[in-house]
Amino acid sequence: MDFLIFKAPMLMVQASLDGILLGILFALIAYGMALQWGVMNIINIAQGDLVILGGYIAYTMYLAGIHPAWGVIVSPIIMYFVGWALYKLVINKVVDRDLFISILATFGIAIVFQQLMNFIFGADVVVAQSEYGTTMLFDNSVTLPNSKIFSAFISLVYAIALVVYMKKSRLGRAIRATAQNARAAKILGVDTEKVYAATFGINAALCGIAGALISITLTLHPYVGLPYTVRSFMIVIVAGLGNLPAVAISGMGLGLFEEFADYILGTEFRIGAVFMLLVFILVYRRFKLSKKREYLK
Amino acid sequence: MEKVKQKDLILYSGLIILGLAAPYLFSAFKVQLTYLCVLIVLAMTWNLQGGEMGYNSFGNILFYGLGMYLTASVQVGMFFPLAEWTESGGEKTFVHTTAQYFQGIGVGLLVSAIIPALVAGAIGYAILGLRGHYFAICTLGLGIAAGEIAGGIEIIGAGQGFTTPPFPAEIVDVEARGKFFYFLSFFVLVLAFVFVKYIYGSRFRLILNAIRDNEDKAEAMGIQTMKYKIVGWMVSAFFCGLAGGIMGGLIGYIDSTDVAFDGREMGVFMVLMAILGGKGTLWGPIIGATLFHFFKEGLWTFILGWQYVALGVLIVVIVIYFPEGLMGWLREKYPERFGEVIDEKDRKSQVELK
Repeated sequence: MDFLIFKAPMLMVQASLDGILLGILFALIAYGMALQWGVMNIINIAQGDLVILGGYIAYTMYLAGIHPAWGVIVSPIIMYFVGWALYKLVINKVVDRDLFISILATFGIAIVFQQLMNFIFGADVVVAQSEYGTTMLFDNSVTLPNSKIFSAFISLVYAIALVVYMKKSRLGRAIRATAQNARAAKILGVDTEKVYAATFGINAALCGIAGALISITLTLHPYVGLPYTVRSFMIVIVAGLGNLPAVAISGMGLGLFEEFADYILGTEFRIGAVFMLLVFILVYRRFKLSKKREYLK
Repeated sequence: MEKVKQKDLILYSGLIILGLAAPYLFSAFKVQLTYLCVLIVLAMTWNLQGGEMGYNSFGNILFYGLGMYLTASVQVGMFFPLAEWTESGGEKTFVHTTAQYFQGIGVGLLVSAIIPALVAGAIGYAILGLRGHYFAICTLGLGIAAGEIAGGIEIIGAGQGFTTPPFPAEIVDVEARGKFFYFLSFFVLVLAFVFVKYIYGSRFRLILNAIRDNEDKAEAMGIQTMKYKIVGWMVSAFFCGLAGGIMGGLIGYIDSTDVAFDGREMGVFMVLMAILGGKGTLWGPIIGATLFHFFKEGLWTFILGWQYVALGVLIVVIVIYFPEGLMGWLREKYPERFGEVIDEKDRKSQVELK
C-alpha cells in the first residue's frame, strides 16, 4: 500500500471531514430527487443541471457585487418558478407514463439546459468567492474552508425546515397523501395537478439551494450536472424513498467514498469512480433482490 | 405468397444497387453516407434489445467506444509499439505501409467485434438482471464511467486523444479513402440487416418479445430468459463494436469522451433514431436513422451553436408526442398494411363499452 493517504494520517482526517461536509450537500439534492420520485414517479436526469443553474444564479449575484451567500435565499425562489414552469411545459405530460419516457424526456431537458447555460455563462470553470477564510485544525495540518462548514450548516437548516414543513403544513400533507395514493387523494379533494407542480417546484428550489452552496464551495461548469444527478440517484436507491436520516447518512458515505477515491485513484478517476460505484450498487442490489425470488428457479 | 417474395426481391436488390452506386452518384457526400450506414447499424441493433427485448439501454455506447479503441490499438500495436505511438501524438514517427494498414484494420475490426460481444456476455448476467429504469440508469453510468476511465489511461492517449493510423499515402486515388470506408460500412450494414432480418423471422424474436411483454411469465413458461437476454445484448455489442471501429478509422482521431464514449451524441442518437422510426419494427430504425441524419445534416449548419438545444427539444417532443414512432403511427393509420385484420364488430363493441 504505497499511497500517500496511508502514510499521513492527517490526510485521512482531511478527507473524512471534506467528505462528510460534501456529503450533507449531496443529501440535500438527493432529498429533492426522492421527493419527486416518490410523489410523481419520475426520475429526473436534469436534476444536476437544475443544481448547476441554481449555482449560476448565485454566481450572477456575485458578479453583480452581492455576496453569493445570499444566493441560498434568492436562488431557491427563482428556481421554484423555473421548476414550476418546467412542470407545466414538459413534466406534466410524463408523470403517468413509463419511467423510461421520463428518463429520456428529462435527458432532453438536461441537454437544453446545459447548452443554454453554456451560451449565457460561458464554458469556463467559475467559482464565486465567499471570502470566508479557512479554519486550521491540528497544528495547521488540516485545512477546512469555512464556506464548506457554512454550506453543510445551511443544508441542515433547510433540510430540517423542509421536514417540518412536510409534516405540519397543508401542502406538505397533500404531497404526502398524493405520494401514498394519488387516486385516493384526488377523490378526497386534493388537487393533484397542483401538488405535482409544487413538488417539482420544491425539488427545483432544493436544487437551487444546493447549487448556490456549490458555487461557493466547489466549482461551476455548464456540463458537470450529470454527476450530481447520478450521486443523488445513488443516495436514493441506497437510502430508499422518504427516509431522511438514511438519506443524510448515505450522502455522507458517498462524500467519504469520493474523497478517498480522489486520494487513492487520483483526481482524474474521481467521476469515473462515482459512476462505477453506481454500477456496483445497482448490481449488488440486483443480486440481493434475486435471492428473494427463489421460487421461480 | 409468391408475389410478396418477388416484391421483396425487387426492393432488396434495388436498395443494394442504390447502396453500391451511392458513392458514385453523390460523390461529395461519401463521409455523410458512411455516417448514415453506421447510424442505421447502431439504431437497428439498439432496437433489437431496446425495442424487441424491452431493455432500454443508454450504454451501448460502451461497446461502440470499446470497438473504436480496440481497432485503432490493434492496428497500431500489430506493427509498432503502442505507447510510443500515442506519446508522439500528431507527429508521425511511424508510417504504415499499404499492406500493413489493411491487415491492421482487418484484424482490428475482427477484434473490435468479438471483444465487445464477449464483454457484453461477461457483464450481461449482472447487468441484465436489473429491470426497467434501473437497467437504463445503470447502463448510462457504465457508458460514462468507461469514458472517464479511458480518459485516464496513458497507453491509449489519456486526455489528449489517440490519432488513428492515416490512410496509406501510397494510394494515389484521392477518392479511395472515402470509398473504402463507405463500402466497409455498407458491408457491415448489409451484414447487420441480414442478421436482424433473420432474427425477425426466428423463434428468438418471439422469445425477446415475450421478455419485453412479461418477463416473469416468460420465465414461468420455461424460457431461460437470462440466456436469451445475454445473447440479445451480445448481438448488439458485436455490431456496435464494428460500427465504432469503422468510425474511429473514418474520423482519424479518438477522444475519450467526445468521440469514443460519446454518450451525449451517439449514445442518445441511437435511442432517438430507433424511437423516431418506431421501436420494435424491422424498418423503423432504418427509416428513423435516415430521417434523423437528413434532419441533422440539413439543419445543423443553419443553427450553428444551437444544435444541442434543437437536439434536446427534439428529444422531448419525440418522446412525449411521438413515442410510438413513425412505424407505430402508420400502423395505427393503416393496420391492414401490417397484416392486422380489424374486426369491425369487435371494435364497435369496444367503443360502446367506453
